[in-house]
Amino acid sequence: MSEPEVGIIDQVVTQEYKYGFTTDIEMETAPMGLSEDTVRFISAKKNEPEWMLAWRLKAYHHWLSMEEPNWQNFNYPKINYQEIIFYAAPKQKIQLDSLDQVDPELLKTFEKLGISLQEQKRLTGVAVDAVFDSVSIATTFKEQLKEKGVIFCSISEAMHDYPELVKKYIGSVVPQTDNYFAALNSAVFSDGSFVYIPKGVRCPMELSTYFRINAENTGQFERTLIIADDDSYVSYLEGCTAPMRDEHQLHAAVVELVAHNNAEIKYSTVQNWYPGDKDGKGGIYNFVTKRGICEGAHAKISWTQVETGSAITWKYPSCILKGDHSTGEFFSVAVTNNAQIADTGTKMIHIGKNTKSRIVSKGISAGKSHNSYRGLVKINKKADGARNYTQCDSMLIGDKCGAHTFPYIEVNNNSATLEHEASTSKIGEDQIFYCAQRGIGLEEAISLIVNGFCKEVLNQLPMEFAVEAQKLLAVSLEGSVG
Amino acid sequence: MISITNLQASIEGKSILNGINLDIKPGEVHAIMGPNGAGKSTLSSVLAGRSDYEITGGKVEFLGKDLLELSPEDRAREGLFLAFQYPVEIPGVSSTNFLKTAINEKRKYHGLEPMEATDFLKFMRSKMEEMEMDKSLTSRSLNEGFSGGEKKRNEVFQMAMLEPKLCIMDETDSGLDIDALRLVSAGVNKLRNKERSFLVITHYQRLLDYIVPDYVHVLYKGRIVKSGDASLAKELEVKGYDWIKQEVEAAV
Ligand SMILES: Nc1ncnc2c1ncn2[C@@H]1O[C@H](COP(=O)(O)OP(=O)(O)O)[C@@H](O)[C@H]1O
Ligand SMILES: [Mg+2]
Repeated sequence: MSEPEVGIIDQVVTQEYKYGFTTDIEMETAPMGLSEDTVRFISAKKNEPEWMLAWRLKAYHHWLSMEEPNWQNFNYPKINYQEIIFYAAPKQKIQLDSLDQVDPELLKTFEKLGISLQEQKRLTGVAVDAVFDSVSIATTFKEQLKEKGVIFCSISEAMHDYPELVKKYIGSVVPQTDNYFAALNSAVFSDGSFVYIPKGVRCPMELSTYFRINAENTGQFERTLIIADDDSYVSYLEGCTAPMRDEHQLHAAVVELVAHNNAEIKYSTVQNWYPGDKDGKGGIYNFVTKRGICEGAHAKISWTQVETGSAITWKYPSCILKGDHSTGEFFSVAVTNNAQIADTGTKMIHIGKNTKSRIVSKGISAGKSHNSYRGLVKINKKADGARNYTQCDSMLIGDKCGAHTFPYIEVNNNSATLEHEASTSKIGEDQIFYCAQRGIGLEEAISLIVNGFCKEVLNQLPMEFAVEAQKLLAVSLEGSVG
Repeated sequence: MISITNLQASIEGKSILNGINLDIKPGEVHAIMGPNGAGKSTLSSVLAGRSDYEITGGKVEFLGKDLLELSPEDRAREGLFLAFQYPVEIPGVSSTNFLKTAINEKRKYHGLEPMEATDFLKFMRSKMEEMEMDKSLTSRSLNEGFSGGEKKRNEVFQMAMLEPKLCIMDETDSGLDIDALRLVSAGVNKLRNKERSFLVITHYQRLLDYIVPDYVHVLYKGRIVKSGDASLAKELEVKGYDWIKQEVEAAV
């Protein structure tokens, strides 16, 4: 396998979190805290249409009436929403015609992260939307995509350029009132990516968004909306990093996917937010709502996630299988080390006839971390012939960590077929000694064993990112044994 | 090649090796035989560097180096290979990937660049032909779902790939039927040469019909109690281990 020229996640070989640097750049921020004024401020900054503001305000007022959830398998200190900055953007012109107008400091930042926005150095075959704190900095390959009718831009741009599409689909999969963090996001989201693939088009390249939190005391609330019209196909990947900071930072994103008749959306995540230090100081709270709907018959949505970062990862990328014969897939690797926590899984809601879903979850826990799989498979009354296959494997490294599985099943149709397999294993002394006897040292052995354990999931990633994801796994587990 | 002097080792306070003396020169094939529980596997584990055992005395010199000072991986990189009695399974890791990692780790240790992917594949293909290995074995997950025979053949294939200087084989014949035994032995015989030494551990003489040793030693209660040439193995085949046990008890 040859190395990609420029990777989404640069060559990761050191033990320290490599992306912990900060960028010194002039920022414009909203006043700290959250009120109706904050929502209005953000909407005004983005020059939004009136309907968008109304939509946000509805979300905000609903959020005020909600309670923070507490059913999860972990605790975290109460978040003080009055101590968060909800909007931070580099001071620069809103509309950029060319990269020459982008602050060189910003370009350098992305360059350092292994993402080049410069024409000549671009990752071939991948179009990138780079989001820095609250705003999208640049989207590459826009013109080539446009020729095919593919829309790939920031969601702020989409509101202006494609208001009908945004209006129709935003909140259609994750309503403003869906849950506490989704409501919060709906009120204050600052940017994110928008993708529309027209009928019959196979998107000619991978689309990718790279998120970077930089500013202090800020939260990141991006919103991604992807629509695949009839008979279309798109593969989309998100990556993310943040500086090392002593305080926790909140990341509450919303992702909505809509797949029409016979369309396919493949959504991959390589999540590498700052995990905090060994003792759990600092790190990102990654509380995200991701949901896709297979609206049409024979549609397919596939979530692949490699979760290595964040102090707490709390999310359940889900599929609503509404169209007959539609398919939902969830492939997940969640790695926790030191004091990290992950409570992640999926929901597969079978509504249409002969709908199929497949869940493959691989949890790896090391240090004193806790890793939970939580999943729901729901078969509705009319979902004749629905099928689900769930496989949940946990791997433990050391004896101070924990792995937990919470598989929920709700079956309301007798013709459904559900299969569930689960396993828990330990990286054995025997495996490590066997590797050592062949000249393979401890870190390398763990990387080999862990990558083997996750192979089914890693195989789902686009080639360019599989290599990076493998390295990331190795790095997040460094120092976990011995 | 290797020089073992008065080696003593224990596990959980129980003494298992009670003073082993053994000298193997380049190109020699030594067989160690002995009843169950004699300490054969312990000897191979101690030489390979398994940390469960405590070395309570003696020394081992391997190619001029103090073997017991080296980490298990460095022993391997210096050219010591152990064919395991029970090779472990590593799910999801192909033999190809495993061997590439092993070879490159060894190269790194010796200050060499990693092998190019295409060179590696070429090298592996030639070794597979030489060892008459089935293609499917190298793409499957390492040892996962392999039959007993396949596991042992795979150990010998790894030996061929890693080109060690000293090969220790722990009961490679156990659990093999006669056809598998032939195949495995044929593989080992191909790897014999003037420089490479072998320490073949076995409970049965059968294997030594195919891999003919230069010397045979009998291990009993953690000591080498008798040494001879290949004919000693034949004698054991006929007489069993009891007469040796009696000899030892009588001498005490
Ligand atoms: N992990 C262990 N804990 C306690 N005793 C052990 C352990 N491994 C081996 N032994 C003991 O050491 C002795 C030698 O075992 P072993 O080296 O496996 O013998 P062999 O390979 O010759 O059959 C036996 O009495 C065995 O019970
Ligand atoms: Mg044994």
